[in-house]
Amino acid sequence: MANKTAESISREEFFYGHKACAGCGGSLAVRAALKVLGKNAVSVLPAGCMSAVGFNFPQLCFSNNSIISTFAGTASMLTGVEAGLRAKGFKDFTAVGFAGDGGTADIGIQALSGAIDRNDNIIYICYDNEAYMNTGIQKSGLTPFGAKTTTTPAGRNIHGNIRPKKNMFEIAAAHDIPYAATASVGYLPDFIAKVKKASQIQGTKYIHVIAPCPTGWGVAPDETVEIAKEVVDSGLWYLAEYENGRFTLNHKPKEFTSVEAYLKKQGRFRHLDDDDIRVITESRDKKWEHINSSFEYSGK
Amino acid sequence: MRPYIREKTAFGFDDVPVNTSFEAGYLVTVNSGWRSIRPVVESTKCVGCEQCYLYCPDGVISIKDGKAQIDYDFCKGCGICAKICRIGAIGMEAER
Repeated sequence: MANKTAESISREEFFYGHKACAGCGGSLAVRAALKVLGKNAVSVLPAGCMSAVGFNFPQLCFSNNSIISTFAGTASMLTGVEAGLRAKGFKDFTAVGFAGDGGTADIGIQALSGAIDRNDNIIYICYDNEAYMNTGIQKSGLTPFGAKTTTTPAGRNIHGNIRPKKNMFEIAAAHDIPYAATASVGYLPDFIAKVKKASQIQGTKYIHVIAPCPTGWGVAPDETVEIAKEVVDSGLWYLAEYENGRFTLNHKPKEFTSVEAYLKKQGRFRHLDDDDIRVITESRDKKWEHINSSFEYSGK
Repeated sequence: MRPYIREKTAFGFDDVPVNTSFEAGYLVTVNSGWRSIRPVVESTKCVGCEQCYLYCPDGVISIKDGKAQIDYDFCKGCGICAKICRIGAIGMEAER
């Protein structure tokens, strides 16, 4: 039985033997993206889980060229890598960055914005596990409303994070970037197709992929892929693209699955009461009103 | 190529690189000690659909002769493969 997606990517492993927790969504995203880009990808990793688990001297788990950047400097180092290799006369390579949600939406947003502004020929992948997981689960700008983290604990009066998730996808798109996309490791063929598409486009590319963290989300390690599917099916995340000034929706669930079921599965949301769940459901419906009115549907 | 285990595991002072770069894909330790359960492929059931290969976060599953094969040196026993397998060809067994 042939698997089309598996046939379309390299059989080699470029991220192997790493020390990520069992069932890590972020490592799945990095592994899949590198299998698309191949051995000539030069990856840049800022402080975060993927650099912490990939480079434990002498255990070096990337088999392509990789470098750790400063926390804030993923995009600026990508700019330098791309310019340097181009100046040296290399043609067949891809500069790709893998930053977490904190390294993208909080700490690295200035460098990313600058790179998009200069339209440097790079791919920036944000693996979003919705908090600073590497340092022990602190709230980031991409932590969703209601999530319990060590800096937004759930008490009697305040139920976890009081702020909604930043819309990084549309922030990137607002720069009039050549290509931006959202994805989820639960829909891996879609993510792989988007990385492939990004690698063929000239200019800055931004891909935002939801990568569940079993440790931080409070789910079993084998739930990673399922929960990454469910976040899309329940309408709390969406698979979309931005290209040539237009938004396209790639996947439209016929009927949303229960938000409550999705939330209650996870330790970080278990404290939420009916009012909180109503707030989350309403904000989802509002989001989808916006999506339905301003996104085209690629239709399947 | 996938990164592979080197025979040399002890490092002397002279082996430490003088600058911040080092050989890519250099492995010295396995991850198998992390497991409390291990996936076992029932090769009579496996149809080689490669879903487990695609979704394994550690990339330890490869397809050989149309059947899934697991590299137990680096499998952490997360169980994603057993969940993703639609025909139930992968079971999780306690590690002894």
